[in-house]
Amino acid sequence: MSRPDRTIILDARALSRALQRMAVEVLELAHGTDRLVLIGIQRRGVELAERIARLIEQDEGVVVPRGALDITLYRDDLETVGPKPVIGETRIPGDLGGKHVVIVDDVLYTGRTVRAALDELADFGRPERISLCVLVDRGGRELPIQPDVVGTKVKVGDGERVDVLVEELDGRDEVDLVSGK
Amino acid sequence: MTAALGKDLVGLERLSPDQIRLILDTAEPFKEVSERPIKKVPALRGKTIVNLFFEASTRTRISFEFAEKRLSADTVNVAASGSAVQKGETLVDTARNLEAMRIDMVVIRHPSSGAAAFLGDRIRSNVVSAGDGKHEHPTQALLDLLTIRDKHGKIAGLKVCLVGDVLHSRVARSNIWGLSKLGAEVGVCGPDTLMPRGIEELGVCRFRRIEEAIEWADVLNVLRLQLERMEMGFIPSVREYYRVFGVTLERLEKAPRPLTIMHPGPMNRGVEIDSRVADGPHSVILDQVTNGVAVRMAVLYLLAGGRPELADAAKRGAE
Repeated sequence: MSRPDRTIILDARALSRALQRMAVEVLELAHGTDRLVLIGIQRRGVELAERIARLIEQDEGVVVPRGALDITLYRDDLETVGPKPVIGETRIPGDLGGKHVVIVDDVLYTGRTVRAALDELADFGRPERISLCVLVDRGGRELPIQPDVVGTKVKVGDGERVDVLVEELDGRDEVDLVSGK
Repeated sequence: MTAALGKDLVGLERLSPDQIRLILDTAEPFKEVSERPIKKVPALRGKTIVNLFFEASTRTRISFEFAEKRLSADTVNVAASGSAVQKGETLVDTARNLEAMRIDMVVIRHPSSGAAAFLGDRIRSNVVSAGDGKHEHPTQALLDLLTIRDKHGKIAGLKVCLVGDVLHSRVARSNIWGLSKLGAEVGVCGPDTLMPRGIEELGVCRFRRIEEAIEWADVLNVLRLQLERMEMGFIPSVREYYRVFGVTLERLEKAPRPLTIMHPGPMNRGVEIDSRVADGPHSVILDQVTNGVAVRMAVLYLLAGGRPELADAAKRGAE
């Protein structure tokens, strides 16, 4: 068994700069904060949505509504992967009707999580628009889903994966490319 | 750690503390599903669940049905009356015929103790007990545990007393297993005629007077007194039962601290419980009903996804 090989894609400062830029792009995409709602996907998407919301709030001086979405119950692979032991919190801030919802997640890969998130959001109301904002786009899509705001793009080979670490959960901010078992 | 529950849920006696905690933790997010504008998630889409009720039940059957529907399963209700059961068909034949129509799960309530386990050993579908004879009523005990945990923030170290007809109560038996596995102290209180012989061997404290139980406990779980018991000579009269064992406001006012009041329903007001207590500020009786749906959703979800071969593989991986 070889030791996992870690390459840093974004260190704490690069991650911080990426989030700053993403916050600006989200603001441009939504034409301001009037109808903007940020929804993070459990777990690390929730932390990233919180960061982006705070950055926007610093610049604009308004409160940006934010929420959390756990898509476990909307997955299409319960039969094959079995139940996830602990399901995270789902918290939607008010009625989504007429809002511009920006879904925030850490890594975009097959697109199946986003598909599930779109289904779940539809059960909470009818937003005027839904956009997608991800920290890392690693390619490999299995569904016709594309992000609107991207922190960084990474080419990921066979047997490699992307790890996103955030201060709140992991003790440091970092994005790594991990290869080997 | 064995994360999954296996194929069936027939009682808490067979579950480990970790498995019980897994169900309670999984129930937590399901509570929120019932508060959504669209109270439904697609987790069990395409699964067919048969509710096979050989005994009358309102609350439990409706609660299971809500749980199934909120998980998007397709459900069919079969009652013993008006079905082939009345024509003499055996339990296994009934279930096999249902299985031949390609079902995935059976929720069964049956007057014979052990019926759920018996069925689970003989059919491929998942079996969930909704109460079997005097044996167990696992989902009731699980919702009781969740309600206690919500109210007190913990279960370990609490003193919970079951009051009333412990002898005939599957709710009591499941509660004793669940509470003791999670580290609570369990007491029982009721007339000698309604106490199973050797109950102390299950590690519970026995109280002969309700006043002593009230002084000791943090939580009272008041069991339903089935009125037929009086005709069968277990108690002299309903009025005398209330005078001696009734959970009344006057008795509770003498307690050193406020007691949480629970009842699995349906209640006989003025028989085992005072109306002022049932509707009082420390009653969590309706919270129990709300939690029932969440707990049953958690059980169905975990059983549906927890295929036995996966559970076994997980077990091997952990060893």
